[in-house]
Amino acid sequence: MKYVEEYRDPEAVHKISEEIHRITRGSWNVMEVCGGQTHAIMKYGIEELLPKSITMLHGPGCPVCVTPVELIDKAIAIAAQPGVIFCSFGDMLRVPGTQRDLLAVKASGGDVRMVYSPLDALNIARECPYLQVVFFAIGFETTAPANAMAVYQARQYGIDNFSVLVSQVLIPPAIELLLNAPQTQISAFLAPGHVCSIIGYEAFESIAAQYHTPIVVTGFEPVDILSGILHCIQQLESGRAVVENQYSRAVQRQGNPAALKMMNEVYIVSDRKWRGIGFIPRSGLTLSDKYAAYDAERCFGAVSYSDEVATVCISGTILQGIKKPRDCPAFGNTCTPENPLGATMVSSEGACAAYYAYAAHM
Amino acid sequence: MCLAVPGKIVSIDDQDSVMRMGKVSFGGIIKNVNLAYVAEAGVGDWVIVHAGFALNKLDESEALQVFEYLQQIGDLEPE
Amino acid sequence: MKNPDPTFPSCPTPISRYDRIVMGHGGGGRLTHNLIDDIFIPAFNNSILRQLTDSAVLQVGEQRLAFTTDSYVVHPLFFPGGDIGSLAVNGTVNDLAMSGARPLYLSAGCILEEGLPLEDLKKIVDSMQRAAAAAKVQLVTGDTKVVDRGRGDGIYINTAGIGVIEHDLKIAPSQIQPGDAILLNGDIGRHGVAVMASRAGLSFETTIESDCAPLADLVLKLIDAGVEIHCLRDLTRGGLATALIELAASAQLGMELQEAAIPVREDVSGACEIMGFDPLYVANEGRLVCILPDAAVDQALKIMRAHPQGQGAALIGRVSAVENLRVILKNRIGTRRILDLLSGEQLPRIC
Repeated sequence: MKYVEEYRDPEAVHKISEEIHRITRGSWNVMEVCGGQTHAIMKYGIEELLPKSITMLHGPGCPVCVTPVELIDKAIAIAAQPGVIFCSFGDMLRVPGTQRDLLAVKASGGDVRMVYSPLDALNIARECPYLQVVFFAIGFETTAPANAMAVYQARQYGIDNFSVLVSQVLIPPAIELLLNAPQTQISAFLAPGHVCSIIGYEAFESIAAQYHTPIVVTGFEPVDILSGILHCIQQLESGRAVVENQYSRAVQRQGNPAALKMMNEVYIVSDRKWRGIGFIPRSGLTLSDKYAAYDAERCFGAVSYSDEVATVCISGTILQGIKKPRDCPAFGNTCTPENPLGATMVSSEGACAAYYAYAAHM
Repeated sequence: MCLAVPGKIVSIDDQDSVMRMGKVSFGGIIKNVNLAYVAEAGVGDWVIVHAGFALNKLDESEALQVFEYLQQIGDLEPE
Repeated sequence: MKNPDPTFPSCPTPISRYDRIVMGHGGGGRLTHNLIDDIFIPAFNNSILRQLTDSAVLQVGEQRLAFTTDSYVVHPLFFPGGDIGSLAVNGTVNDLAMSGARPLYLSAGCILEEGLPLEDLKKIVDSMQRAAAAAKVQLVTGDTKVVDRGRGDGIYINTAGIGVIEHDLKIAPSQIQPGDAILLNGDIGRHGVAVMASRAGLSFETTIESDCAPLADLVLKLIDAGVEIHCLRDLTRGGLATALIELAASAQLGMELQEAAIPVREDVSGACEIMGFDPLYVANEGRLVCILPDAAVDQALKIMRAHPQGQGAALIGRVSAVENLRVILKNRIGTRRILDLLSGEQLPRIC
């Protein structure tokens, strides 16, 4: 077992695809919430393997896409200050604020560094005690325990030149918001497997029941995604709406208690704004009072920013699965990965960028 | 979102629980990974790794379930 | 935002046209192309430059010459399987070889940073000498300059090269025909991963060595054996995908590749999984694609596989008979995916 190749097996893929074709009667819209799954769906051409009556909707599951522009502007303002080393995951560097992106700050002389793990940023702070090291702590529940650990260790070891700019959002409130939207067309959800490896799936059970919508916790390889879709269709065709766990090799119902404990130690739940969607109550995390000293927003004070202006871009409706990238008049014309108009084109995981890269011109 | 990759633990450095680190192999590439959240995982176990942290231990019997299920689909199909 | 109504969300309009050079301009992707198309081509517009081949083919009297230049900036200077010296020789030798030329002479310009240990310089120069001897070229002219500490990465090297074309084949993208086979001389992605692995910040332990190697001998063996080569391209930054996308665009033809036929070592693919990279876009320094008629495939593969630089040679796809300009990858699971130029360099992702 290598936990990868097996799940890319052509024979298994086609068997599941045939089964989906065999049982599908109705027309269904299945939303994958997670950008990683969007990426895999495009990369492996999963939609080619589905009956025409199944439509995949691509959800807001990309922390890079949904980080609000004013927070990116804050990051850019902090990163441009002398005496600051600004650390970020690679994919956040290219996301533009209102004027420029973090790569442009680096080109203008800012010390912007790409790290693989928040602990790498903490190590930089250890090594450079006379500089302020700021880490851009973005992510969903998957990344929260890693980011929380960096803050916890900073306090534990007294590394006071370290702080985090938090843009930490939560999946279940976003799913509920999508289901509450009056125009919602979502028949079922693939729940994000790696988020669930941390939080489990208890939180989804009440949502599935209340909105009578199947939710299947799903992995990221072709066999996983197709199995997840198969489970959704089985439920939809038989009128059931429960939570199922396709990704049981990595996900337990209760999640990862040790990771959750660390999240609770460092963070409290707060309202958060999602780029392209707006404020969602109790949909994010903020450092608790005990760790407030490590909050870059407090350390660096208020930074001015301008508000977003509406354009032809329809990324908001795409994030909610109401529209598809091709429905946007700007898609592929005035809006490309080099010159993105909206959140969904900005990140390589965004639905528009994934369409552009893998399928746009088919 | 959330790129996380399965890897096999090849060694563990257990100096303190918060800093529980280990070396994890990804097809022969070795990386230092924080194992604080997978206290039950030992050398030889597979974990799923994101941003330098093991999120969870992978369960082999559960991993095979997908394929057992596929087998069932195959058995149901009229040949 | 005053209106929290989720059905009418705000749409962000970020600005992303760069008014300065960013690292992505050097990544070989779309930003690099923009730079060439918007700044360099208009300034030096001529029919030879416009072909945008690895080396320019010049008619000088009766003789056809290949001429090329390349600059080498690599961090760290020494990496598993090579160093900036061997890279600077092999890279330029390979660019000459891609026109089917026999490389003869190189120049070297070294920009040295104040503080570079002489020991390191000596190692690099020795390595250049060894690489030149192996590739049977002579380094016949050079230059050195020194810049202030902090204004260079130890050393930058520019090499230019001249070679002679001793056959009548025209090897160029314009020669690519529908139905042609696409051969690759070995597994991909090793150079990029080896360099990345030795770079601070992303540290991982690996035994992967760069594939850095001279390819002229392999190419000349094919030509000497009478193999009718239509086009050659060495795979450098931007990897296999970028090279083929560029070729397809210049030839005004499409291509279809079989993913399962493209060799990638397990450890290279492991490193790519961790970083979220696609090995098809990772850099190589000893790999080429050779595009030729179907009838020549068996002979070419036999010659390549018998050569140290072609042991892992494989037939990876074909030029499409229909005009569609796209490079399409047929996945292992039988579905198709379009390969497109990346915007800039690949950045490690978490999502």
